[in-house]
Amino acid sequence: MSGLATIVVALVAIGIVAWVGRFAMQKISGNAPKFRDMPFAVAFGYVLAAVLVALGVWYFFQPKANEQGIQNAGVIFFRWAVQGVLIGMVAAWIFRFLGRMVGTSGSRKLFRQMPLTASFGILVIVVYAVLAIFAGLIAPHGQETVFAQANVVPGGNPALGGNPDFPLGTDQIGRDILSRLIYGAQNTVGIAFATTLIAFFIGGTLGFLAATLQGWLDQVLSRAVDVLMAIPSLIFSLLLITVASAWVSGFGLTIAMVLIIAVIDSTRVFRLARAVGMNIVVMDYIEAAKLRGEGLGYLIFKEILPNATAPLLAEFGLRFCFVFLTISALSFLGVGIQPPLADWGTMVRDLSAFINYASFAPLAASVPLLAAGAIALLTVAVNFVVDWMLYRSSGLKE
Amino acid sequence: MNSVLKIILQRLALGLLTLFIVSIVIFTAVNMLPGDFAQAILGQSATPEAVEAIRKDLGLDKGPVTRYFEWLGGALRGDLGNSFAQANFASFVGDDSGVRTSVAQQIAPRFANTMFLAGVTAAIAVPFAVTLGILAALYRNSVFDRVANISTLTSISSPEFFMAYVLILFLAVLNPILPSLSNIYDGMSFGERLEKTLLPALTLTLVVTAHMMRMTRAAIINLLASPYIEMARLKGIKPMRVIVRHALPNALAPIINVIALNLAYLITGVVVVEVVFVYPGIGQLFVDSVKIRDIPVVQACCLIFAAAYILLNLLADILSILSNPRLRHPK
Repeated sequence: MSGLATIVVALVAIGIVAWVGRFAMQKISGNAPKFRDMPFAVAFGYVLAAVLVALGVWYFFQPKANEQGIQNAGVIFFRWAVQGVLIGMVAAWIFRFLGRMVGTSGSRKLFRQMPLTASFGILVIVVYAVLAIFAGLIAPHGQETVFAQANVVPGGNPALGGNPDFPLGTDQIGRDILSRLIYGAQNTVGIAFATTLIAFFIGGTLGFLAATLQGWLDQVLSRAVDVLMAIPSLIFSLLLITVASAWVSGFGLTIAMVLIIAVIDSTRVFRLARAVGMNIVVMDYIEAAKLRGEGLGYLIFKEILPNATAPLLAEFGLRFCFVFLTISALSFLGVGIQPPLADWGTMVRDLSAFINYASFAPLAASVPLLAAGAIALLTVAVNFVVDWMLYRSSGLKE
Repeated sequence: MNSVLKIILQRLALGLLTLFIVSIVIFTAVNMLPGDFAQAILGQSATPEAVEAIRKDLGLDKGPVTRYFEWLGGALRGDLGNSFAQANFASFVGDDSGVRTSVAQQIAPRFANTMFLAGVTAAIAVPFAVTLGILAALYRNSVFDRVANISTLTSISSPEFFMAYVLILFLAVLNPILPSLSNIYDGMSFGERLEKTLLPALTLTLVVTAHMMRMTRAAIINLLASPYIEMARLKGIKPMRVIVRHALPNALAPIINVIALNLAYLITGVVVVEVVFVYPGIGQLFVDSVKIRDIPVVQACCLIFAAAYILLNLLADILSILSNPRLRHPK
């Protein structure tokens, strides 16, 4: 209860400071319009933000450990988070700066208009792509290699039970966690990417086909999609995976999962492709192509597809995020990507107990968060880029 | 009023039809299993007699159409059959007293728990999201708006378990304010129950708030260019009042719609969150049954999730019709 009282008192104090501060600024600035017309809520917001920033700075510079040498884990985590955000911002800024310097005039122009969030997103996607493609070269050990020392503590300090060979330690059966994190980029991202491609292939083709041919095919496909979309996708994929697990196991189950998610997600792609296609098939140039006697394949791939790329590309980004999160959730639940493939969702589940040691071993607790954060970081990055793409193409300015 | 009633009845009929077809889809999917349930329970080395006995016991000797209607009829009466795990156990012990936990008995308390979790989440998330959305629309393009935009984009795109573990780290491990495990049992007081539910509810709130807030903001900003808002502004009404009194009522339809859709999303979101917090809800039961391939439970949970999802979507549809004055008062 005392905590609640403190918050209430603090809010009242901030309110008083805001009112007095606004009054003082009005007097000092000689009733400048900025302060004269400032609503109380805005003044309150400024003071609140200032107090929060001050609190953050104060907390950031708290000692890492107290006099008895007991670690103050909260401060350590806070520092990591703040440093992570700052490093990300600086890296994104440098990346954008470089993008403005080198490249063709077109790409330079693109980078000049880019907000920091979008350049951060592109940078993260590039880094993930490099990690995923060259995982075998970058990772210090193999993803399935089992070492004799299991449960090595992260940090690489032999005095604390670490081992410099395994900077993030080893898991419960002795596999190097750092290597598995790096291979996770290859497996998790690669599998999600492949799934999205399949979903787009199925959904896009059928959607354009329905838009071009219309008639009974369109009706049948659309009603089937309606029914499939009425079942929540995570629930439906869990049901289908249960069925599939009776047929196949291990790597086969991973393949089955990819196909199941691809089919379920293709329904969403179908909707969009059909809607976009419907707007295109009524155009005059489609009519002209039909009168020229062009075949169905030509119509779909040479006339409709090029004109539908922009909305489909944005949808591809969002779909990828969705598929990626679904696969991670399934892996986290233990029915997604199957061992021995390294995968972030499975790693989070296997290592999640370490979080309980956070107060005395912050490094160990950060390992499951690293795997979960790797998933979050990529989806956030893709979303930042897609957000910017949509903003650019919609011309929304307010 | 007549035309509105007609539209609503049409939607209701369509919703029921969808539910019926979905139940067929679920039943068909489950019946694609190789061999049959009896084989699945007993394994490969079972004697034909034992398989036959179990098949009779579970009613598997009838045709698929008969079984489907029996299942559907049972489900309508609240009888969802017996769980395999229970049937297996009874025959293994050889003491089949006929007293078994039915699927319905297993699901009922967990369903109540899940509804409680969803209710607490909605009670926190909806006012929070709408307020944030109104504030972001009021102070659009300011620092506040951009910070809110970036943080909601971040929370919407993080997996549920990331949010859950970050919250556990800060609110349960580093500062032991809330319990990280939600062991709910019968006879708990409401306060205790709320305390145990708060952390999963907060996680779900973080996940669903973003979408609702962004839609609220977009719906209000869409209206701000209309002439009657311009008029209200020119009259000298304060910006907050312009938004709350003039813009908000007209933006209600999309906002209600997105709230209902997000509540529908909660239904799938609960699965992962319940597993993280070991919350004894229907989502956890579902995942456990998927792992041990307990088909009747999986089937029943799937049907319940789908029904809730369809109902909420239907509700979104009907509410957005009702909130449209043009439809409510036809000329």
